Order: sequence, then structure tokens, then C-alpha cells
Amino acid sequence: MQVRFTGTRRLLPALALLACALLLAAAPSEAQLRLDITQGVRDAVPIAVVPFGGQAEGAGTDVAAVIANDLQMSGRFAPLERRDLVSRPTRGEEIRFEDWRLLRSDFIVVGRVEPEGSALAVGFELFNVRTGASLLSQRLPSTERGLRATAHRIADLVFERLTGTPGAFSTRIAYVTVDGRPPSQRFRLVVADADGFNPRTIAESTEPIMSPAWSPDGQQVAYVSFESKVSAIYVQRLATGERRRVSARAGINGAPAWSPDGRQLALTLSREGNLDLYTLDLATQSLTRITTDEAIDTEPEWARDGRSLYFTSDRAGNAQVYRVALDGAHKAERATFTNGYNARPRLSPDGKELALVTLDRGGYRIAVLDLASRNLRVLTNGSQDESPSFAPNGAMVIYATRERGRGSLAIVSSDGRFQQRLSSDQGDVREPAWSPFPVR
Amino acid sequence: MKSIQVLAVALLALGLAACQKPKQVKPEPTAAVTTTDAASTSGIGEGSAAGGTPVKPLTPQQQALADLQQKSLVFFDFDSSEIRSEYVPVVAAHAGYLVKFPSARVRLEGHTDERGSREYNIGLGERRAQAVRRALMLQGVADAQVTTVSYGEERPAVEGTDEAANAQNRRVELVHAP
Repeated sequence: MQVRFTGTRRLLPALALLACALLLAAAPSEAQLRLDITQGVRDAVPIAVVPFGGQAEGAGTDVAAVIANDLQMSGRFAPLERRDLVSRPTRGEEIRFEDWRLLRSDFIVVGRVEPEGSALAVGFELFNVRTGASLLSQRLPSTERGLRATAHRIADLVFERLTGTPGAFSTRIAYVTVDGRPPSQRFRLVVADADGFNPRTIAESTEPIMSPAWSPDGQQVAYVSFESKVSAIYVQRLATGERRRVSARAGINGAPAWSPDGRQLALTLSREGNLDLYTLDLATQSLTRITTDEAIDTEPEWARDGRSLYFTSDRAGNAQVYRVALDGAHKAERATFTNGYNARPRLSPDGKELALVTLDRGGYRIAVLDLASRNLRVLTNGSQDESPSFAPNGAMVIYATRERGRGSLAIVSSDGRFQQRLSSDQGDVREPAWSPFPVR
Repeated sequence: MKSIQVLAVALLALGLAACQKPKQVKPEPTAAVTTTDAASTSGIGEGSAAGGTPVKPLTPQQQALADLQQKSLVFFDFDSSEIRSEYVPVVAAHAGYLVKFPSARVRLEGHTDERGSREYNIGLGERRAQAVRRALMLQGVADAQVTTVSYGEERPAVEGTDEAANAQNRRVELVHAP
């Protein structure tokens, strides 16, 4: 019954303390996810990320290690093992390119952490090992506490320079954890960095918490909580922990999804047990009914132009994905035609594809539907994979899966070639939602 | 205001917990109900119950409820919200009780197994709860006596991923207010 919610900024002063507590106890509420590569890519690009200068061995945040981990997590790069590094240059002029060619490293990142006034600055350079050409050279302001964020930023820049796609390493994920056996379970809504680091519980209840959804500016999370013994939708501001109950109507209040402009939520409400889609204006609280079918209509997702919704419906007898315009002038159109079960659509950042759950040869799996060609590409091979969510750069999809009977998170590249798991040591982890890019 | 609501819900939960105990205490439901009910009542009401709880006889309604709660689960087939024939008498017994005691209330909690997406399963659990609600109302139960909630797959009765576990999780629980 008891619910706690916590703002992230409020937590910052206690962060050092928290870090200690984590090391000592690994408290279940803050249990950190661990990255395991389960399916690598043969043609991942080898890259050397040399330990940054100005950092003692075992320093609080190992900038180079964070960058290497990010690049590895993308599936596109294979960072050299640190023990294989032949030398430790920290500036371009110190690099002997022939050494790194022998190691078959295509690219090299060097850098150093330096004091700047009362704070820090991190300079870094990216080189093409074969040609010796400098591809990137920047100096980013930072602080002791902000070093990890700066390292993610560097990984973003390196990734974009080498792939043409912006990196999504400075983003966050929200997910739900469940500890204990029914009926005495504890549900937590957690927000962590995209690499699983720095988990913070933002809401906690003995009743179910579901369906976290990021606002387009990444400042708020909407979610469903049963803390009052019935479902209600809450919107919580991460910086302050301030929380509003935006829908607690009789029946079901579910599946919140933010409009692209952040002003409305699409949601599912029920009357007499019939679930339909509605839109809710957050400022005026005015509610508009979008579907009226007697079937289960749920799991809305906004089209990029904000004029229509994709959603799950069993109006044709089994769950399929449909699209309905918000102007009320057109009937809903079916979007999925392959397989007998397709549900929980999530749109790619470019609006051209839907990630969804499909029943594929007996297993519930994550697939990507190309909206133009209607081609359905199955990305995973679990039996109970669900809740897909695109990274804001479209390169990866995070989803929930089962590992030895427990819920855990996994990430698959959008082409399905690279898979990894975000494992937790205890409890169930489920319903991941990848944040948008941070506003800069 | 909010704390009153919380307290009210807490009281309700305690009451429900007390009511559900006889399910486990099998042989003598009458005695079990009397003691647990009294214990939780004094615990809530006075806050300082010091032993010596008086044993009150059950009212006819309490007796009827105790009998009902031996059977308060309706199970469903996969992706179905049809009440199977073996559970028709179960629903009828609850309907009889609710018609006989018009002040009595029941909460129908719909559940699914873990297959499929979570919010879709909320819809399926709701459909099951509504199927039981309609059956109750066809037998004369008043609308105001029945509330529904769907937990989808969020509150499984048993853990596990095999069909035996799934079958036990596809259910509606009929929970009576104290």
C-alpha cells in the first residue's frame, strides 16, 4: 500500500552515500543491471580506447572504460582489451600509429582529464589508425561528479563520427522491478543510465506498477499504479519527484503514451468492461474518445505527426496492430498482417517502423514492422519477449525477456544481428522504456 | 483526507485478509472465523487489545460468507472469458448470497496468465471480471454490489511458466467485503 517516490535531484547530495551503500549491500531497490553480450557481431569495428591521462588507476570514474563499454554495447564496435594496449598515449602527438596497426585496431581514442578552474575539463581525440588522420578533437567541461556523463557524451560523439548516427549513450532507461513472491510483492519503478549504471527508484508499492512512458522532453514519466487497489495514471517529474494523478476514472486507467508535443496523453479507459482509446489534454483535463469498438483497444502509440495512433485491438478476433486517425473521419486501418498475434507497437524515431510483440513459431518475440513494405522482421528468439522500446537513435531496441525463469532486460540491434542482456542478480525486471535524447 | 482514504483501504485490506484466513484453516470454519474476526476487529478498533477476546456467535451472513469463501475462484481457458460449466454453480452460490444480503459487496479481480503483452492482458482480465459480473447480475445481484478490477498478469496466483501454472493464473477471484 505504501508508496514512495523520489526525485533524482533530491537524491544527488546523498549520492556518495548511496554509492557506498550499493557497494556494501547491493540493496534490491538499487540492484544494478549488468551487461552481457549474448550474440556478438563478427564485423564489429576494432577500436582502442586508451586510459585517459590525469586519472589515477582505480579512479572513481574510469572515463575510457565508460566509453569502451558504451561502444561495445552498441554492437558496432569491438574495443581492444586493456591488457592488449601496447602504450598509453593521451595526446595525438604521442600515438605511434604503426603499433596500433599491428594490433589491427581501426581507430583510436585518446584523452586526458585536466583541472580547469575549480572544475574539470576532458580533452579527447579520435584518429583513423590506418591513415593517421584526426577525425575528432574536442574539449568538454566537466566536474568530478559529471565525469561519467562526459564519458557518455564522448562515446556519443565518437559513435556519430564513425557511423553517421548520433550515439544514444547519454540517455536513460526506466523499468519496473518486482521482488518477493505473490501475494507479498514489492514493485519499483526505476530510472537508470542507459548502461544500467546509477539506478534510482522513483516509485515503490506493494501493488502493481506498470507501463512507464517518457515525456518527449525526458523530464517526466507517466505510469500506471494500483496503489489505491485500482489502476490510476500518474505523471511524475524526475527532477523534483513531484507527482500528479492524471486519470483515476472508474474501471481501467492504462497504457499512457505522450503526444509528440507533450501536451496530451493517449490512454486506455474502460466502460462496462469495454476498453477504448482516449486522449487526455494534460492542461485542461479534457478527454476525447478515439475508439468505440467493443473489442479490447489498448496500447496506443502516437504517430510522429501527432495526428493518429497505432494501437492493439482484438476486433478481428485476435490481437493485431491498427492505426486510427484522431480527426474521427476515418475508420481504423489494420497495420499487421503476418502472424496471429501482434501487439504493443512502438514507433521508431524516424516513424518508418514499428517494434512490436509477435507470436512467432510458438514464442512471443520482438519484431520490427516496416510500415511501407509491411515486411515483418523478427529480431529475437525467446518464448516470452515483450515490451519493446526503441533507443532514440533507432539503432537498438530494448525489451523484456525471461532468463532462467526470471524477468530480465535485453537489447537487440534494430537489424537483429547483435544481442545483449541486462541482467539483475535478483527479482524480476520488466517493462523497459528508453528515454528520448536529453535536451541540450 | 488522503490519510483517511489510506486508512480506509488499509482497514479493508486487513478485513479481507482476516476473512480469507478460513480458506487455510480447513476443518472448522466457524471457530476459525470467530477468532480471527474478533482479533482483527479489536486490533483495528481499540489499538490495544489485551487478550480475553469475547467469542461472539456468527451472524447468518457471516456464516454464509464463510461457506462461500471455500469456493471463490473461477478459472478460464486460454484467451477466453467464457465461464466454464463447472464454475456456473460457484457463481450462482455467490449470486445467492449477494441477493440474500443486499448490503453485501463483492470485488471481482480478473487475472490472466503471463502470455502476451501486459496492457492487452489487463483488457483480458477485465473481460473475465465483467463476464462474472454479468452472470451475477443476471441472477438478480444489484449493480452497486459489484466492483471489478483487472490485474492482468501482474498478480499471478502461482509462479511458473508451464501450462499448469498458466491455468491457475487465468482466473477471477471473488473477494467479499467484510
